[in-house]
Amino acid sequence: MMDAVEILFTASFWVAAIRIASPLIFATMGELICERAGVLNLGIEGIMTAGAFAGWFTVYMGGDLWTGVLVAALVGMGFGLLHSLLTVPLGLSQHVVGIGVTLLATSLTYYVYRLALPEVTSPPKIEPFQPWAVPGLSKLPVVGEALFTQTPLTYLAFILVILVAWGLYRTPLGLAVRAVGENPGAVEAQGISVTAMRMGAVMTGSALMAIGGAFLTMSAFNSFFFNMINGRGWVCIALVVFGSWRPGKALLGAILFAAFDAYQIRLQQLSGGVVPYQVFLMLPYALSILALIVVARRATYPKALMVPYQKGER
Amino acid sequence: MDTSLSPALRLSGITKRFGALTANDGISFELGQGEVIALLGENGAGKTTLMNILFGHYVADEGSVEVFGQALPPGDPKAALAAGVGMVHQHFTLADNMSVIDNIALGTQPLFRLKLDRSAARAKIDQLAQDFGLAVKADALVADLSVGERQRVEILKALYRDARVLILDEPTAVLTPTETEALFKTLKLLVAKGLSVIFISHKLNEVMMASDRVLVLRAGKLSGERRTSETNRHELAALMVGREVTPPVVATVERGPLLYELKGVSTARRAHGTALKEIELALHGGEITGVAGVSGNGQAALAGLLAGMEAPVSGTVRIKDAAVTAWSPLAALTAGIARVPEDRHRQGAIADMSVSENVIAERYRDRRFSRGGLVDWVAARTFAQSIIDDYEVKCPSPEARIRLLSGGNMQKLILGRALDPNPSVILANQPSRGLDVGAVAYVHSRLLEARARGAAVLLISEDLEELLALSDRIVVISEGRLSKPSARGKLSISQIGAMMAGHEAA
Repeated sequence: MMDAVEILFTASFWVAAIRIASPLIFATMGELICERAGVLNLGIEGIMTAGAFAGWFTVYMGGDLWTGVLVAALVGMGFGLLHSLLTVPLGLSQHVVGIGVTLLATSLTYYVYRLALPEVTSPPKIEPFQPWAVPGLSKLPVVGEALFTQTPLTYLAFILVILVAWGLYRTPLGLAVRAVGENPGAVEAQGISVTAMRMGAVMTGSALMAIGGAFLTMSAFNSFFFNMINGRGWVCIALVVFGSWRPGKALLGAILFAAFDAYQIRLQQLSGGVVPYQVFLMLPYALSILALIVVARRATYPKALMVPYQKGER
Repeated sequence: MDTSLSPALRLSGITKRFGALTANDGISFELGQGEVIALLGENGAGKTTLMNILFGHYVADEGSVEVFGQALPPGDPKAALAAGVGMVHQHFTLADNMSVIDNIALGTQPLFRLKLDRSAARAKIDQLAQDFGLAVKADALVADLSVGERQRVEILKALYRDARVLILDEPTAVLTPTETEALFKTLKLLVAKGLSVIFISHKLNEVMMASDRVLVLRAGKLSGERRTSETNRHELAALMVGREVTPPVVATVERGPLLYELKGVSTARRAHGTALKEIELALHGGEITGVAGVSGNGQAALAGLLAGMEAPVSGTVRIKDAAVTAWSPLAALTAGIARVPEDRHRQGAIADMSVSENVIAERYRDRRFSRGGLVDWVAARTFAQSIIDDYEVKCPSPEARIRLLSGGNMQKLILGRALDPNPSVILANQPSRGLDVGAVAYVHSRLLEARARGAAVLLISEDLEELLALSDRIVVISEGRLSKPSARGKLSISQIGAMMAGHEAA
């Protein structure tokens, strides 16, 4: 039993937790931007899949790693454009469109994968992002190793949270995005286009989701598998609620979930097969639901979330 | 006023249709600089539609708008704002989760900037607030503001953008009398500083008090235009409704049997509003009992009790001779209690369902509207059509979504639905709130008809004039306690006012 507690104090556990959190951070920030603008983006799971493939494939075809990230973002943005065209100007049900985009993006990705690599049996590998120790900071005890011996994409994820928080609360654009999710009528009455705000937010958010997916193939692992997103997108939807639509709290949520996940892997090894491993796999999800119940019951959601805005309708 | 200047606003031949409904039909008028125009009309006359066209929320099917001689591109609020048109919407366009500053600054600074300049915004807001006597807390969340404060924020929003023409859509509908007075003071100040104002209203006394000129809209058309100084309430009412409006005559009706009785009834404490404390109330047939009181003093609990939505914690409730034991809205309906709920949008109707669906909402289980577990839509539609005809509801068809109806028309439908099976007890909770003269008179006459037929009516209202005109007896509710009933003419307005404030009857 002591071992189970000791795990929490090892640097390698926290290194793993932060690594696992990184893709969730990207995608959660993406979803948060969409929802703040009033659009629930259930396309997240599929967009992450497409991003994972697009980034990896770019590198596999000889592109450089950052080009891969850029391509993933553009692919995500493309699906975001599709999603937002259907949900914003056409005002279709955000649930239905989101699930449709997830199915489309996932199947299309697998199709392209099969088309591009018909011969392979074992997934081909690329040279992924390597950990880069931040000089000085990485020497700090425990925290140093956990936070500052990661890959550049992880650093980018943390910087992103700061950017999103700054953007939403300190800039005129962020103000408009938050207002459009709260009362689109207020935005239109102030001469700003609701359509442009919402579509822009969904496309930006989708680009971030795709980068989250690309993290898996280009930083955490080095190849693309089927089913590799494995529900991470849905977790991010819950993380946005968990974070009460605030970037900082959502970041904490992502790290918490990732820590549960890293912990269960280590517990599995400790238990020596007495407890079925599925129980451990379930653990982070069960704990997340508990956390949601505790934290999110009082959450105040954006009032215009999932409400299509049609100009001139009454 | 210098007549050589171009008018602040010129509307020419504006026509707008929503499906089969023509909301505006060839409307033209001018607003002079420094002038206050009141746009008067019944609910559904097309006032709000017209203003929404002017501000670019809607695109007119025909016609054009000029601001200070410049044509305004249609359907573009941004252009309207740039031209100096500011609008205070009836349903405020504020984001509740943001501060006053953020709401006002929204859209006034270039979007793609690294930092929102809140200090400059604050300085300007403070200056404006001081100049125009519009005190607001700049850092407060809009969600925490009172309705009057929110309206001040809306006006500040327009002034912040240097509006020269201000449009106010039913600005007083949500205000208390004191707040209304303050608003009219502000309007005077605005005009003194050179702004031109259009305000929409259906309240004659306000129109007479605050405008230079009155435009009357009826059924989408301009039905009259008068200088305020050369007209009177009576003439305006006739122009607005299209016929003479006479207040309904209160005939003498013999007091009927006891139909509903509360004895020592208390209700559980509630999150909002006050609980009832040991109240006594007897409702007789052929009698209207008026409940006066400042809102939030237990009216909601009393209404909930009658409607079966709230159960007492002590005391007895009797309907006719039987003690009530089951507490549910269905039980209340079955016992013959009809209700006109306080908030017709939230409790009275399901906005996105059709008129037919809404009129059978309380009674779809009845044999009359269902057959073998299936809804009899023919009967429902016939019933809806009969209410539409009997109550002169302006509505394209029984299939129209009830959302499309104006407040007055929606209220008529709700009234028709409630009064149809000749209920013995009628709960009318703020039945005329937000309605125009014609509709108010109509609602009153229907309630008096029910009274003449022998029904007991409980009229809860914040409008003392209404209470005094209709009620055979008045009780005053204060902090959950009911006063002893006083017969018609026994209490003056000032006595009732004192009792509403919690003083014992003299």
